[in-house]
Amino acid sequence: MSSDFRQARYSEPLLIEKGKPGRVGTSLPPWDEIRDITELLPDDMIRDPVNLPEISEPELVRHYVKLSQMNYGTDSGIYPLGSCTMKYNPKINDKIASHPTLQRMHPLQPEDTVQGVLRMMYELQESLAEIGGMDACTLQPAAGAAGEFTGLLIARKYHELRGDMTRDEVIVPDSAHGTNPASSVMAGFKVVEIRSAPDGTVDLEALGEALSERTAVFMITNPSTLGIFEKNIRGIQKACHEAGALLYYDGANLNALMGKARPGDMGFDIMHFNLHKTFSTPHGGGGPGAGPVAVTEKLAGLLPVPVVVKDGNLFRLDYDRPDSIGKVKGFFGNTGVLIRAWAFIRMMGGAGLTRVSELAVLNASYIRKRIEDVYPVPFRTRDELTKHEFVASASFLKENGGSAKDVSKMLVDRGLHPPTNYFPLIVDEALMIEPTESETMEELDRFSDALLDIATATAEQFSSAPRNSSVARVDEVLAAKKLILNWNQLKEE
Amino acid sequence: MHYLPNDPVAEEMLGKMGLSSMEDLFADIPEDMRVKRLDLPPGISEVELVRTVDKMMKESRGAGDMPMFLGCGFYDHFIPSAVEYVMSRSELYTSYTPYQPEMSQGILQALFEYQSMMSDILKMDVVNTSMYDYHTAIGEAILMAKRMNHRNVFLLPEIMAREKFQVVENYIRGAGIETRTVPFKDGTMDLDALKGMLTGEVSGVYIENPNILGLFDKGAMEIRSIMESRQVLVVGVNPMTLSIAKPPGDYGADIVVGDVQPLGVPISYGGPTAGIFAVSMKNVRKMPGRIIGATKDAEGRRAFAMTLSTREQHIRRERATSNICTNEALTSIMASAYLASLGKGGFRELGLQLASRGRYLAGRIDELEGFRAPAFAGHFFNEFPVSVDVSVSGLLKECRNRGVLAGYDLSRETDLLEGTFTVATTEMHTNADYEKLLEVLVKSREVLL
Repeated sequence: MSSDFRQARYSEPLLIEKGKPGRVGTSLPPWDEIRDITELLPDDMIRDPVNLPEISEPELVRHYVKLSQMNYGTDSGIYPLGSCTMKYNPKINDKIASHPTLQRMHPLQPEDTVQGVLRMMYELQESLAEIGGMDACTLQPAAGAAGEFTGLLIARKYHELRGDMTRDEVIVPDSAHGTNPASSVMAGFKVVEIRSAPDGTVDLEALGEALSERTAVFMITNPSTLGIFEKNIRGIQKACHEAGALLYYDGANLNALMGKARPGDMGFDIMHFNLHKTFSTPHGGGGPGAGPVAVTEKLAGLLPVPVVVKDGNLFRLDYDRPDSIGKVKGFFGNTGVLIRAWAFIRMMGGAGLTRVSELAVLNASYIRKRIEDVYPVPFRTRDELTKHEFVASASFLKENGGSAKDVSKMLVDRGLHPPTNYFPLIVDEALMIEPTESETMEELDRFSDALLDIATATAEQFSSAPRNSSVARVDEVLAAKKLILNWNQLKEE
Repeated sequence: MHYLPNDPVAEEMLGKMGLSSMEDLFADIPEDMRVKRLDLPPGISEVELVRTVDKMMKESRGAGDMPMFLGCGFYDHFIPSAVEYVMSRSELYTSYTPYQPEMSQGILQALFEYQSMMSDILKMDVVNTSMYDYHTAIGEAILMAKRMNHRNVFLLPEIMAREKFQVVENYIRGAGIETRTVPFKDGTMDLDALKGMLTGEVSGVYIENPNILGLFDKGAMEIRSIMESRQVLVVGVNPMTLSIAKPPGDYGADIVVGDVQPLGVPISYGGPTAGIFAVSMKNVRKMPGRIIGATKDAEGRRAFAMTLSTREQHIRRERATSNICTNEALTSIMASAYLASLGKGGFRELGLQLASRGRYLAGRIDELEGFRAPAFAGHFFNEFPVSVDVSVSGLLKECRNRGVLAGYDLSRETDLLEGTFTVATTEMHTNADYEKLLEVLVKSREVLL
């Protein structure tokens, strides 16, 4: 049960606890005509200087280097956080996103000065539509949840334009990502949750009971959060469309299907893509990401403005779209993220993206095969297949005093990022494992070996983990009970 | 295929699993649903990609290629190399939401520091680790106001970017909130008109300080005093102005929104930036977004963790305060590294310089025949309104043809501001840029006369 992993363990002070009066971390260009503040602002609007840190450049850099050493990313090792698709982020993508021309390009510049970037955006719109089997695409939403929200606004408007005003419900399976019901409510819908069938797929009977003239949208991800491909998708599609509802594809799990099957061909009307998942852009410790939305022809006119269009050899931003839902974010989306995804698609091509999905599924299935005799997979279909992720249960460890959380902390001690815990909610002590295509067979073996080893741990070993990380087990209950949310509140302690 | 380490060992892995082909893993996808191949351009090498991008960038120009005076919330400030370097630390940028706090202390502490610095700048207790941008933060603020007082009417300034109205409309319609616009007078919100509009059904008021013209709102210091205590004051800011200007926490803001872009984040054709969202301690449980708290580890050492997650979608689902999950955390950290780099003295000094440059440039433009700057009386920071006696769109086009992006035509945002454009300046501008702008403004006007 030993590991040579040791994460850096610094008692790194907060920025405000460092430095000395008078130190600065950067220099400003000269300007001769600095005016007195009383000339610049009315008296009642003047403030005292903000109490920011006073540190030099070397202190600043060392501070963040130390913090980075107390952090774990996909550049550190396997990061099999289920449904988050933590794949490797190619370095060339970062390099082109920080191109000096792009970095200093203003969103209000005339179109003729930004043709190259518009070309990139146009190509990305087209590529995503092709990958999804859809007809039109917007790049505007900043994240997956923002994409869901956008798609649901489109659905709402679609029904309204048809005079179908009674549709105020969105149906989601009980295995859905939490964003699905939350986005539905923000878009003004009521949420109807349906149970999963015993094998984890959509229960057609439950769906049939839930569908009515009030149903606006059925939202699912395919493969589901259990990693199971919905074989009944034709039946689902038929039932939904016959009931007058639209079918929404949550693209969080698209990494399983590229070049194999397309949501558009399955009969979905609306989908979003998570560029920070499937298309390799960094997750940034929580963001930025991007959540483009693609739709079928009948919904194309409803996409947010502007859409990038091609007029002969010129690209332009089309705002003249009378049925558009308007805007969901400032300007055109997270351009710095979009260009990374564009680069990934350009470099991989269609065959490369297909291979991405094959290897993502292979890697996940490989781990499953290695551990499932010990960590059971409760929801299973007859073919015993799962796609790019699967959900195992750690509930058998309860008798040894262990839990999914404890397993995770013991993985931390081996320098392996844990899987998603306690989701989906329908699996007891869930471990949701998604290795992605980026991991070597050797790393998959190391991860599987660690899980098998941990299965024999004692209660004492479980509760004392982690020991090798920057800090020991963090008291999250205390964090919520006694709120300390900035350094002034910390100082008062 | 250099991102795909198992490409050459796939057969071996399949063999170990007792499978004969990759196809076995996809047998669950019905044949009639299969796609034969993706119709995309074939993959290219890294060298070819670099060549393609170089060509693409040559078809575009940025502020480095011609003097640029566009603002409207996006400002071309200098980004210190140390700040860019910090952003290149891949243990930070290739991580995700710190669900495992023990191995994520770095990102957690960095985000806690962002919350702290932004809290000091705004004089608000709690700052979340970001919304998507300024626009969506306003939408979230109006939804939160309804959670605070259960009222359904919200007041917005009449002059605001069109896009903000559009985003807000989409955010609030589902909640059944109605908006009304408060007239503007002499370049800021008309307080007398506002007084008459603050009826019992009004949930709150949103003001921008500075507003779309770049002007500080003349009534901002007074506005809280004419509102009921249950009504929510939402203030939108450019955080850079708070280097010298009074923070919204000092004049009664309940919620503060804005964008971190001016704080060391590249303009990058509109994103990513990060939306600021701040509230007072008593309302923290109604707040959207992610919050980091300080706590202790099992050995009693200081540690950080996400907190109050029970407000969030992954726990609360349809009863969550927002659907936001992925946010703009890294951009927030970029802003805090930038603030720490400037530090107490540098932030103040830069603020004074920016406001002084604004004054200088407005004064110079005002001296030109046919121009008035600022076009409305009032105090401003690094951006100000200009009026001119010829067509604004024609003028700006002529300027652009002479190699200067001179400003932004506000008639594109609202008919009320016909004949007005804004000019923004930053420390990136040289004296030569200013002289070029002035020369081009004069020439362009002459052409149109």
